Amino acid sequence: MADGTGTGAAQPAQFAFDAESEAAIPAILAKYPPGRQASAVLPLLDLAQRQMGRVTGSAWIPVAAMDVVAARLGMAPIRVYEVATFYLMFNKQPVGKFHLQLCTTTPCWLRGSDEVVAACRRLTGIKGWGETSEDGLFTMTEVECLGACVNAPILQVNDDFYEDMDAAATERLLETLRRDEMPPPGSAIGRQGSAPVGGPTTLIEKAGLIEKAGLIEKEGE
Amino acid sequence: MPKLTVDGIEVEVPAGSSVLQAAELAGKEIPRFCYHERLSVAGNCRMCLVEVEKVPKPVASCAWPAAEGMVVKTDSPMVRNGRRGVMEFLLINHPLDCPICDQGGECDLQDQAMGYGWDHSRYREPKRAVTDKELGPLVKTVMTRCIHCTRCIRFITEVAGVSELGATSRGEEMEVGTYVEKALSSELSGNIIDLCPVGALTSKPYAFIARSWELARTDGVDVLDAVGANIQVDARGPEVLRVLPRINDEVNEEWLGDKSRFAIDGLKRRRLDRPWIRQGGRLEPASWDESFAAIAERLKGLSGEKIGAIAGDLVDAESMLALKDLMTALGSQNLDCRQNGARLAQRRREFYLFNTTIAGIDEADAALIIGSNPRREAPVLNARIRKRWLAGNFPVAAIGQPADLTYPVEWLGEDPRTLTALLAGEHPFAARLKAAKNPMLILGQGALARPDGQAVLAAAWKLAAECGMLRADWNGFNVLHTAAARVAALDLGFIPGTGAKGFWAMRSGGVDFLWLLGADEFDIARIPSSTFVVYQGHHGDRGAERADVILPGAAYTEKDGTYVNTEGRAQRGWLAVYPPGDAREDWKIIRAMSGVLGQPLPYDDLASLRRRLAEAHPAFARVGAVARGGCTNLSGPAGDPAQMLPTPFTPAIENYYETDPISRASPTMARCTATFGAPAALAAE
Repeated sequence: MADGTGTGAAQPAQFAFDAESEAAIPAILAKYPPGRQASAVLPLLDLAQRQMGRVTGSAWIPVAAMDVVAARLGMAPIRVYEVATFYLMFNKQPVGKFHLQLCTTTPCWLRGSDEVVAACRRLTGIKGWGETSEDGLFTMTEVECLGACVNAPILQVNDDFYEDMDAAATERLLETLRRDEMPPPGSAIGRQGSAPVGGPTTLIEKAGLIEKAGLIEKEGE
Repeated sequence: MPKLTVDGIEVEVPAGSSVLQAAELAGKEIPRFCYHERLSVAGNCRMCLVEVEKVPKPVASCAWPAAEGMVVKTDSPMVRNGRRGVMEFLLINHPLDCPICDQGGECDLQDQAMGYGWDHSRYREPKRAVTDKELGPLVKTVMTRCIHCTRCIRFITEVAGVSELGATSRGEEMEVGTYVEKALSSELSGNIIDLCPVGALTSKPYAFIARSWELARTDGVDVLDAVGANIQVDARGPEVLRVLPRINDEVNEEWLGDKSRFAIDGLKRRRLDRPWIRQGGRLEPASWDESFAAIAERLKGLSGEKIGAIAGDLVDAESMLALKDLMTALGSQNLDCRQNGARLAQRRREFYLFNTTIAGIDEADAALIIGSNPRREAPVLNARIRKRWLAGNFPVAAIGQPADLTYPVEWLGEDPRTLTALLAGEHPFAARLKAAKNPMLILGQGALARPDGQAVLAAAWKLAAECGMLRADWNGFNVLHTAAARVAALDLGFIPGTGAKGFWAMRSGGVDFLWLLGADEFDIARIPSSTFVVYQGHHGDRGAERADVILPGAAYTEKDGTYVNTEGRAQRGWLAVYPPGDAREDWKIIRAMSGVLGQPLPYDDLASLRRRLAEAHPAFARVGAVARGGCTNLSGPAGDPAQMLPTPFTPAIENYYETDPISRASPTMARCTATFGAPAALAAE
């Protein structure tokens, strides 16, 4: 195919916003001044992708959905294609139910993202990036920095970040996902937010944690 | 009006100018790829870097506003280094396949690499390759060569107004294309070939045909619509290989419609290259002498009123005048040029001209289009209307079959009843026309080529008069023609004299002898067999099929000719190649015929014929100019608006790509017709 839509799964001929999506649209459009409705292209594309995920189990945006967004916002379809293809968070091809987005940028790589990638490959049977497992559950995508380097390495599943991953944690996560459960997002080693491993080390007076950390005496010495 | 210094030269530029424009005023050439005078500024190629004092880094001059007291250097070491760096980056992914690239020899990248390129590449990584795009039968793509200047995207979006091209994906994966494969539906798509600064977009029909330095360039005038776009005819030996637009800000700026650009392969096919005579129902090859003798034989003893002539759409003014003079010598006033049956009044020039002029559209502030689809009838003129609409505050309404004209149009109705309502002031748009300072209306051939055409013409004039379109300083009454020859023919009075037979009478057996000068666009089969038909023209089309004698003439690229466009602007084209075989320039054929008939016309060369032309109508004395003025005489053309029929206006052109013998003979235009839908499908859009 000489066009940009790729060679993957067949594009559905039609797309329409369902009742749940339709209910959300007025609130989105109301955020932009009259005549500037084209600004809503990103939230509407997101809405379309979520609807596809909800209805078909695969969160992606077929061309038909881009056309619907274009018609809704009074834009030329090509302008919507440009936006949709610019953002990697929009999937232009069908993805698995769980979209594994693996960060391999420097901080994650230093903290062992290779191990996480290898575990994902081993457990899902996926060989290359962008591929979907045979059972249709998982798609592996290599992503650039997810902005959570403190808790590297990061494995993003659909919308959620799973942090401080290693092979064992990845294995636990994927097994849970296979049971169709989403474990709570966050650190796999019980880290609080982005605090240092084992707990906070600075500004602890203000946090009311003086005794717990046992640092006052040290300073006094 | 800021004053600034460019390389030591002080220049004063209009407020809002860019540094690049200031440098051009100072006579300094700035290299560029993405910047184009007639498109929006993108500033993404970075080739136009200059140094501005007190600015720490080189700046892109196309997007940098010129300011008071600025000191600009266009050739400092910083500038040269910067441009060299940009060029090196541009060439990283460019394939350097110039030997097999059609742009070679007329490529901006090639030229500028001579100034800023290196003799070798430092780049050792794999180059990026991009899948070619299928953009239809006219534009060929080699997308690996694309440098992402986005000129094509901006042209298609801004000027052509069809928003079909874009840049998808990002970074190294960015590609210019349509994303979902589709042929560009614009009638102006060929212009992106000219705009592309590299060989990414080239002409599909012209692919691998010639190198630019092999071509002989001749100035010409396009005749495939009535705009009279200025063209450059590129030929090698006996063949016209391509047609490019020439810049004329008053007519076509620098654009050209796809038919005018690509129909030229029709010039090599179905050509009449020798005379033919019908003998026993079959056309037999003949010599010039035999054909002239056959015509003279038939004319013998025939009175003038049984002789007639119809002039076609592509004919030059010289041959029409010669034919008219010949007919006058034979005692005939049975002449007509309105083979589409348009009820056009010849009495005053204002009644059949695009009086506002094409450049004048810029000054209009409201428009009403009646029975016309300018996008199909005159795409370049339509782009001008769109340009005016883009400037803002320009309501456009239309009466006729709704279509996408590339700008928003309020469709008021499909038939003359809407016009009646406007005249009576019952329709709200009448008030908007009256409130406008410079309102204009465009009357198409679809409104005139119908039985009540005269009434529509009178009604339109009356509306123009009532809405303040006809003033001493403004004339907003416009007739949009579809035939390049029509205005010249009307100027020369190629219409029936008093009491003489017109088009309908001549077609239906009113004359025994009918001379068709390139006239093909009517139901020729309805000429009764008792009429002796002479067809003089260049293509074996409908007229030649019916003819009793065929006289092979020259196409517009094969003769020096004068044409008057829809504005009334006389323009001259020159001979680029010789007519094929025995074919001759048309006025010479008529002059030779007059000699055989013993009525020699009083001119033996083109210069004396053109003197006669200038005497016949003053427009021909001012080639290139147009007499633009207001309207002081409000009395309108004959006709009663009350006689208008309630039948809807139909488009004058069903299929843009095939409207005349040349485009009907063109395989490229046939491919366009197949791609963009049969006429029926077009009408349904």
